Amino acid sequence: MNRKQRKLVALAAALAISLGIIPAANAMHIMEGYLPPVYCVVWGVVCLPFLAAGFFSIKKTLTSNRKSLTILAMAGAFIFVISSLKIPSVTGSCSHMTGTGLGAILFGPASVSILGLIVLLFQAILLAHGGLTTIGANCFSMAVAGPFVSFGIYKLCQKLKVNRLAAIFLAASIGDLFTYCVTAFQMALAHPSETGGVAASAVKFLAVFAPTQIPLAILEGILTVLIIIGLENYAKKELKSIGFLKEV
Amino acid sequence: MKKSRKGLVIILLIAAVCIALIPLFTLKGAEFGGSDDAGSEVVSEVDPTYESWATPLLEVMIGGELPGEVESLFFCLQTGIGVGIIAFFMGRLVERKKLGKEDQDL
Repeated sequence: MNRKQRKLVALAAALAISLGIIPAANAMHIMEGYLPPVYCVVWGVVCLPFLAAGFFSIKKTLTSNRKSLTILAMAGAFIFVISSLKIPSVTGSCSHMTGTGLGAILFGPASVSILGLIVLLFQAILLAHGGLTTIGANCFSMAVAGPFVSFGIYKLCQKLKVNRLAAIFLAASIGDLFTYCVTAFQMALAHPSETGGVAASAVKFLAVFAPTQIPLAILEGILTVLIIIGLENYAKKELKSIGFLKEV
Repeated sequence: MKKSRKGLVIILLIAAVCIALIPLFTLKGAEFGGSDDAGSEVVSEVDPTYESWATPLLEVMIGGELPGEVESLFFCLQTGIGVGIIAFFMGRLVERKKLGKEDQDL
């Protein structure tokens, strides 16, 4: 068999296998049992300080202004909706978005870690999507790393005086993409390739996740911009009270 | 709403729908599995000896894989909860503006 044939056979096998397990077809999160126990524990511990910070951050936001609960609930609900929609992508497989950019921009990245964890727990327990053993790793990629990148990019764009909607778009989409890069890296760390080590296997995982995710990242940017436009129109007061819009 | 924004919103909505649906029509015959399955493919490729050591709690409890229909039920539930919360608050916010009570709390 030459290279091309081998690739074809591999592709066919992949199709056959995934056809057999379509009901459990998940997108994105690291599946139950696919990380060795040590990594599960380590990623879980890494998440703890962020979750603690998130808890105090939310508490502070709510005690300073109880009414911001409205927007917080909407940011959380946005993650709920967005991460439940599996979208077909250019590579012929489906994946879903994270939705964490909105919360990160509005409330800061720490608060989102709590919101993200709620969604991950829901999906892991009810949907067999992601997993309880891998929740630490998934929490780190989706609810910590992504939001922090979103937040950083948004702040950077503000410094550079980029148009606000463009900044939101960039922040949400790059944060979404970064989540998947972290997932790929986590998988690679736990499953280094025999020949090339962690780097080679990271490239392989990235090749699986990244092309699927790029159009979805753009989509997430668009949706985040849309909901911000809506909020700016109808919830000026609330956005001012959480410090997103400046008092005029 | 400012006029320029209205145009932007419409363009963005159309773009969003296009991004989501174009692959479905252009890639005929593609099977659109999850990228996680592709992920586990790669695991078995780079690390052939690795065995998954845990199964999802729900699958243990029902003693098998979650049926596809039930899975879509749970996904709908998740979407529904989210949309419900957003729509509820958005409705109240819109009404508040309409009644000219923007300076009041919800």
